[in-house]
Amino acid sequence: MPDVNITVDGKKVTAPAGTLLIEACKTVGIEVPAFCYYPGLSLQGACRMCLVKVEKMPKLQTACTTVISEGMAVTTDHEEIHQARKSMVELLLGNHPLDCPVCDAGGECELQDMTFSYGASESKYTEAKNHKEEQQWSPVVFFDRPRCILCYRCVRVCDEAMDVAALGIQNRGSGSVIAPNMGDHLDCEECGMCIDICPVGALTSGAYRYKTRPWEMNHVATACTHCGDGCKTTLGVRRSETGMEIVRGDNRDKSGPNGDFLCVKGRYAFDFANRTDRLTQPLVRRNGKLVPVTWDEALTYVGQKLAEIRSQSGGASMGVIGSNRTTNEENYLLQKFARVVLQTNNIDHQRTADFAAFAAALAGRPDATASAREVFDAPAILLIGNDPTEQHPLLAYQIRNNVRLHKARLYVVNSESVKLRRQATLFSQIPSGSEAAFAAFLAGGDVANGANRDEWNALRDQLRKETGLVIAFGSELRGASIASLNKFALSVQGAKLICLADYANSRGAADMGVYPDLLPGYVPLIQGSKFKAEWGTLPDAAGLTLPGMVDAAKSCKLKALLVVGANPVFRMKLDPATFANSFLVVQDLFLSETAAVADVVLPAASAYEKSGTFTNTYGDVQLVKQAGEITGTKSDFEIIVRIAERMGYDVAKLVPFGSGSRADMGQSRGAQSGEADRHAVWLEAQGLELKMNPFDPTAVFDEIQRLVPGYQVSRLNLMAGNDQHTRLDQNGGGAVGDPALIQPANDGLFSSGSTGRYSKTLNTVMENRNRVEMPKVAAD
Amino acid sequence: MTFSPEFEQRFTEMLTHYPSKRSVLVPTLLYAQDEVGYLSDEAITEIAQRLQLTELDVRNVISYYSMLTTKPRGKYNVQVCTNIACILRGADDLWEHCQKKFGLRHKQTTPDGQFSIEEVECIGACSWAPAMQVNYDFHENLTKDKFDTILDGYKKKA
Amino acid sequence: MADLVSHPDEIKVVSKRFGQGAADIDRYLALDGYKAAQKALPMTPDAIINEVKTSGLRGRGGAGFPTGMKWSFVPKDSPKQKYILCNGDESEPGTCKDRLILEHDPHSVIEGVMIAGLAVNAESGYIYIRGEYRYLSIIMQKAIKDAYARGFLGKNIFGSGKKFDVYWHGGAGAYEVGEESALMESLEGKRGIPRIKPPFPAVVGLWGSPTVINNVETLASAPHIILDGAQKFADYGTPKNGGVRLFCLSGHVNKPGVYELPLGYSLKKMIYEVGGGIPGGKKIKAVVPGGSSTPVLTADEIDIAMDFDGVAKAGSMLGSGGVVVIDESTCMVRFAQYIMKFYQHESCGWCIPCREGTDWLKKTLDRFHAGGGVKKDINNIQYLAENMMGRTFCPLGDAAAMPTISIVTKFRKEFEDHLEGRPCPYDPVGSVRLLPVLSH
Repeated sequence: MPDVNITVDGKKVTAPAGTLLIEACKTVGIEVPAFCYYPGLSLQGACRMCLVKVEKMPKLQTACTTVISEGMAVTTDHEEIHQARKSMVELLLGNHPLDCPVCDAGGECELQDMTFSYGASESKYTEAKNHKEEQQWSPVVFFDRPRCILCYRCVRVCDEAMDVAALGIQNRGSGSVIAPNMGDHLDCEECGMCIDICPVGALTSGAYRYKTRPWEMNHVATACTHCGDGCKTTLGVRRSETGMEIVRGDNRDKSGPNGDFLCVKGRYAFDFANRTDRLTQPLVRRNGKLVPVTWDEALTYVGQKLAEIRSQSGGASMGVIGSNRTTNEENYLLQKFARVVLQTNNIDHQRTADFAAFAAALAGRPDATASAREVFDAPAILLIGNDPTEQHPLLAYQIRNNVRLHKARLYVVNSESVKLRRQATLFSQIPSGSEAAFAAFLAGGDVANGANRDEWNALRDQLRKETGLVIAFGSELRGASIASLNKFALSVQGAKLICLADYANSRGAADMGVYPDLLPGYVPLIQGSKFKAEWGTLPDAAGLTLPGMVDAAKSCKLKALLVVGANPVFRMKLDPATFANSFLVVQDLFLSETAAVADVVLPAASAYEKSGTFTNTYGDVQLVKQAGEITGTKSDFEIIVRIAERMGYDVAKLVPFGSGSRADMGQSRGAQSGEADRHAVWLEAQGLELKMNPFDPTAVFDEIQRLVPGYQVSRLNLMAGNDQHTRLDQNGGGAVGDPALIQPANDGLFSSGSTGRYSKTLNTVMENRNRVEMPKVAAD
Repeated sequence: MTFSPEFEQRFTEMLTHYPSKRSVLVPTLLYAQDEVGYLSDEAITEIAQRLQLTELDVRNVISYYSMLTTKPRGKYNVQVCTNIACILRGADDLWEHCQKKFGLRHKQTTPDGQFSIEEVECIGACSWAPAMQVNYDFHENLTKDKFDTILDGYKKKA
Repeated sequence: MADLVSHPDEIKVVSKRFGQGAADIDRYLALDGYKAAQKALPMTPDAIINEVKTSGLRGRGGAGFPTGMKWSFVPKDSPKQKYILCNGDESEPGTCKDRLILEHDPHSVIEGVMIAGLAVNAESGYIYIRGEYRYLSIIMQKAIKDAYARGFLGKNIFGSGKKFDVYWHGGAGAYEVGEESALMESLEGKRGIPRIKPPFPAVVGLWGSPTVINNVETLASAPHIILDGAQKFADYGTPKNGGVRLFCLSGHVNKPGVYELPLGYSLKKMIYEVGGGIPGGKKIKAVVPGGSSTPVLTADEIDIAMDFDGVAKAGSMLGSGGVVVIDESTCMVRFAQYIMKFYQHESCGWCIPCREGTDWLKKTLDRFHAGGGVKKDINNIQYLAENMMGRTFCPLGDAAAMPTISIVTKFRKEFEDHLEGRPCPYDPVGSVRLLPVLSH
């Protein structure tokens, strides 16, 4: 697009042709106010707040609908403009209840800000305000009609960005009102985008309303702990009796790959962390019953027991089950602990996607994976299997809005008529289980059964013409099928791949080597010289897989099992007596089905209560920031270090703490008090900060960056809170294992994940959906 | 639900007039209302399905247009214009007379379901004011007496 | 249905077939019907547009935009389907002329749509008729059917090999839909919310295609221009204000009715001679010159020429041709109140100033007329209206503000006479009726 030159308040502005005046003004720091205008959503011109003077135009013009043209001269600061905006605010306040002191939006309200800016302080009306009772539209959505200023943001975000269209506008004139699709309630995806985007307190969240004042919260930007998409989320945190309470989840600065977006889980299901039945004291089984003990007792007991079993039966008699929702640092530490402290390769996790085969297939093409951000800009997307709307809401959001805003072409191949078919240029419904056959076909095979033959041929021809195609596939494709898909990807210019896994850090668990046969970075055991050089000797033989360990437990060969953030008894539907003959140690937030049969249960901190990094399913690594702590819990990181220490291991070998530079941390008070913080950020970003204790995850992140291929991302960007795409940088590594080892959970938006099942809000939403008959809408 | 053959014929024909299905919505709603008496939930569901729209979408449209209603009303809907041209020629007296005659207020219906009354805006009879419509029939140059005579005629039909 | 009137000063062009049974196609043909369309068929689009430009025809819906120029805005090279849209959503208070055209001469509208179609290379046209005019829809549907039966419409119009379709479309009660882009939304089956402009309908209209949208009377004028010659039409009126137009006389006149008079005709003469003066020999207090949206004129402002420029000079607008006469016995506060009642009812609610402004103005005027006004209300009414002016999404806000501003400035004394709980001094009966407003 050629550039266009305009002047705004005497400042010269140059912007690409087609730029809206309101956006052009922003580029030179001139803010034109607006209620209805929202970047990325359709234009309305309804609130009339963005009126500006454009030379040669008799009337004031709306900056949100005016496209800049060469030589345009614009005034944004003028008495007439000020008066126009003031009168709009006066009109809105005419009916708007002035319940700001109790309104959720008070302090974060755009109408308050505008009133402050334009000073509509005089009340001009004698008549009473129109009052309507507040309505509850769903367990999480409340609507207070008098507060609504009819900017239609909620209607548009629901329709355009979410493709749910559960909100409409009814009546006309002063009777106009936002209405839910089921008359008096909503049938929707409960994403809460409408609440988040509401400039005032008209739409409020059932989970947050009347709980706090916005300025009483600390805002902590971290990564969501639910699905594998890794949305950035800002937690609103307050102190509470238990240590901390998370009151709100949103994406305040919109800086994550998800921009505005969060789904029902991201927005509400953080509350599992607040539950009062969290484990806050270690439990040890005595006389058949789990009884509370001190941390010191519990750790000493675990350390002694494990050391004893190791010396009596050897490392091969012990096993470790890792987690899809602990941090990269914890996963890395855990497998290192297994290999160097327990001296066993019996370590695995619930694999929800075949990342090992993915790494093997992409060997030598480290940049062939697409980030979550790239999905929004890709010219074309092929989706095989999975139902992103349910399982990867961010992916669905990115695809949907890429199609809407950038006219991307979407090809959907699925056994179900998934919702994304509505955005698809081409949708091919295939029999369940034939995804692998489709991958083989793409790689150059022929179609045995004739049913889809023409459609598949046409699709393949069309796909081959694309450039920059992003191929996302679900766990339907495993092992050799991924290699087939990669073979096809090689035939499309600039194609990139995405392997979809279920949990917040499934990719991290895989990348960090929570495998019996692969070291971090998918390095096969026999190629592990780099690791051996740092860690010392390692067991050579591949260890037991997760089902292998279960079998070993059943046949009394597994003497000890450490389960960190996993629940095999529930997930694998095991007989609770399976581990009766193993010394079972469980680290978890709750007394899960597995914890209930353990010998020792150690109360762990959730991902909101610790620091580290997560890698989402795309391979984007993000910072996990501690929002607070729950008294009595410890991070899995600290627990592992402490167990190693009690086993007599030199923890400095496990966690390389104490390295880094010594630096003058500056004054912590007085005029220069900010200096220490700035200094610390710089040091941290350079990897030079003091790791003064063995519980510092950044010490392990140093090692990850040093030893794990693909994790050499910009530390500064990462520390600044930006997602960084890792490379799948493995030459000839990875492994194509038994496809049966892949056990996806296939949780949907509302079905419970590993932690979601403890979320009160999510459960309330689910119960409500089950109670209310949800008819299919005609447009679906 | 079923509509009359005339409705179906018109509906089918109208669909051929436009490049988008949805375009038939407004006239279709009015014709459906003429048959059912109002836009019942059933009628809304039916029309939404036929035009592949959500019911919400259809309701958004219905609630916009003043002639469309989702509430039952009388067999004869007496619509008295009280816009400026009619007011200058005595429409407010006429409207008051109408309310008294039926013992109803704006948009209310007689218990027997025969008559509803409604105060409406300009119906395009300014030069023949005051005026009203009973359903779609125009009655103009009204006086109270003329009003009574006309309404008596409808009462006989009712 | 509606009574016809006549006056010797009338020049009957659009109304020439009124009362002659021209809704019947044979009768229409006998009265020179469809000759203009056949004359236009071999003409080039530019030639047709030039004729219309020469005629000086300006939009009869209210805005008065030159019709020929509007047609010329349709991009000639657009590969898209083009449409003609006839705006028969006549709803401007004081206006009842399109109704007569549609009733007495429906084929002239069809013919006008065809001529517009030939001028811009469109192949289909829609005639949108407001829902209240059901009987006119029936007349129009029959007229269209008859025209198809004769081969005047369809795949091969008049054997020319050209294709042209005309369809009827019905509304369901909404003044706002008279706004051209809201009309297109309504025709597309949506709420009648206006669209953002630009793009204008001539470039992006119905279903995203270039669309010419004209008022019924405008299109019904086109056949006469083509058949009788553009200059003849132009000569009826004044310079830049070509032709004749239908004036709808209503309110306090002895002979209300729809009269076709040349543009530039004296308003005073129209009221006193054509309209037969004021009943009871009363004096005029005010006149609405062009539908309720136009600023009112006082008794000493009516000695003007009724054309676009003449009325503009007097500070008002020719508008839609609805001339509403108000005699001395009328309370102007009450009149303002009824005007605002209408706009409050008809505001689509899309933008803040119109939605909230009309509502507050109505509430304030209701209370004020009922005797509950205080002095600051008068300034506040003016303030509210002035802050709506020019700032709303579509012209409805201006339409509500303009008459209000004119009444409150020209008749401020009448507002003052209502102050301090006094019952309306002009209409004690009416104000008593309105008093209950105060109780809630």
